Amino acid sequence: MKILDKWLMEHKYKIQDVKLMMNMIRESFLAKLGLTIITMFILTAIFAPFIATQDPLMQDLTNRFQPPSLEHPFGTDHLGRDIFSRVVYGSRISLMMGITVTLILFTIGTTLGLIAGFFGGAVDEIIMRITDIIMAFPSLILAIAVAAALGPSLLNTMIAIAIVGWPRYARLARANCMQVKNELYIEAARAIGVSNLRLIFSHIFPMIISPLIVQATINLGGVILLAAGLGFLGLGAQPPTPEWGLMVSEGRRFISRQWWISGFPGLAILLVALGFNLLGDALRDILDVRMRR
Amino acid sequence: MEKLLDVRDLRTYFYTYRGVVKALNGVYLTIKDGEVVGLVGETGSGKSVTARSIMRLIDPPGRIVGGNVFFEGRDLLKLSDGEMMKIRGRKISMIFQEPVIALNPVLTIRTQIIETIMANRDVSVNEAEEIALELLEAVGLPNPKMIMKRYPFELSGGMAQRVFIAMAISANPRLLIADEPTSSLDVTIQAQILDLLNRLMEEGRISSMLYITHDLGVAAELCHRIAVMYGGRVIEFASTEEIFKEPLHPYTRSLLKAIPRLGYYDELYTIPGRVPDLVNPPSGCMFHPRCPYMKDVCKKEIPEYVEIDNSHYVACHFAGVKDVR
Repeated sequence: MKILDKWLMEHKYKIQDVKLMMNMIRESFLAKLGLTIITMFILTAIFAPFIATQDPLMQDLTNRFQPPSLEHPFGTDHLGRDIFSRVVYGSRISLMMGITVTLILFTIGTTLGLIAGFFGGAVDEIIMRITDIIMAFPSLILAIAVAAALGPSLLNTMIAIAIVGWPRYARLARANCMQVKNELYIEAARAIGVSNLRLIFSHIFPMIISPLIVQATINLGGVILLAAGLGFLGLGAQPPTPEWGLMVSEGRRFISRQWWISGFPGLAILLVALGFNLLGDALRDILDVRMRR
Repeated sequence: MEKLLDVRDLRTYFYTYRGVVKALNGVYLTIKDGEVVGLVGETGSGKSVTARSIMRLIDPPGRIVGGNVFFEGRDLLKLSDGEMMKIRGRKISMIFQEPVIALNPVLTIRTQIIETIMANRDVSVNEAEEIALELLEAVGLPNPKMIMKRYPFELSGGMAQRVFIAMAISANPRLLIADEPTSSLDVTIQAQILDLLNRLMEEGRISSMLYITHDLGVAAELCHRIAVMYGGRVIEFASTEEIFKEPLHPYTRSLLKAIPRLGYYDELYTIPGRVPDLVNPPSGCMFHPRCPYMKDVCKKEIPEYVEIDNSHYVACHFAGVKDVR
């Protein structure tokens, strides 16, 4: 008990913060909705083998185009595969892609942004002009170009999205870094011998992390959407992978009669993207100290 | 005594939209080993810019445009950024006016002090922790272990200043630059911090100090020599005794007259006029619009900074002429 008390005392501010966050989430309907969707999405991805009713790749040509029923909750597709199981397994691919790509974006973008903002001058100029070039193109168009050039595969989709996405983080990190680096404690730390690298990563980075987390959360939905878009266009995952975008694309030919083939994977994309956006918005309110009452 | 720091003709300008702010217009300053030098002057006279220029902490739009800063015989202004980084903290260290905001608000004291010690000394984390505890004790903080776990906002101004002093002296620097370290603290705490600095000097943890202040009383108590700044120049530099007993520059004399004294109930003397605009500075001697002894030559020629008698330096056309006084 003593050890627990001590731990509680030492971390009292962090605990207060978490409590405050929980309260703020509890107060907002949209935040709760977003959090619920994302939790369900993540749980589905983790426990996919237990939730799916059958092998997502198993074909059963005698049972093609079955409408939703008790046996096949989301119906079956043109090869008789169970759409529910495919959507469930698809969550793994989406989650894996979303998290990996976002982590890569976050790391590259933030690092470059911090360097640009901290050192300024020519370094800043070069990095920022590159972001300008990339941001001059609509992200989907550029991603299509990169993915097409690299050849269609899941890995190349991730590379394409990473190339398109890092400038947002770089700009955000740079703008905040420039603000923080003029604070007295940065100058003071410099005056007593702290190196530039440590200033950037241990003094400035923790100060600017919250807008970046918000950006990352909102962006997770966007990344999943972009990955699905590339899949839909045939530039991402290849059949028979149960990827949501690809599944929508496959069902496109039958959309007028068998709506469920495209409909359910599409709904899944919609829900997840919506969930991340809602959660991101809520996080922005929570992490922004000025919004606290 | 040997010169530890020798600043010659230091010029720092700020290139702003309003024009070029000539913050330093040729500062001369020397500090000998083991000496405390006071740097006094009004707000905007260039005290802090001098300190930051010596440390090479001037960021754009500011730039050091000329002069030399010799430290242990080497010109700091000619060192590479990497070499300068090794000077800061290890050889020259600095403490600031606002101790609470000079500490990073999101990091614990432990993180910051250990980081500083490891940046300046070649030690392991465990050794750094021991050094940190010893230092916090040395700066008079009771219960250093508790302090280490705190965040800056949990400390009072005095405590934060002590913590910062501990960090600044962690590598036993040759020179400590103190930029008005007591101005934001209340009077009793001010006295404590001054006592602490005195004690640290006696213990040999600080060898020399450049003490920036606008409080002549504090300077008199602490410093061996005092440099008076006006309009980005040192206009008088002499031993504390001479500054108080035999000031030669009219500005220094006016400053001394403006100190409130116990037992006198007359209205306090103020220097007429304002601090010079450093974008469009007055011609000649910068003090001439406010100077009671102003002559024509003062408007035309900038007075040279000369040694009048035994290491008493003044920048005034009439410093040597007795009858003007």
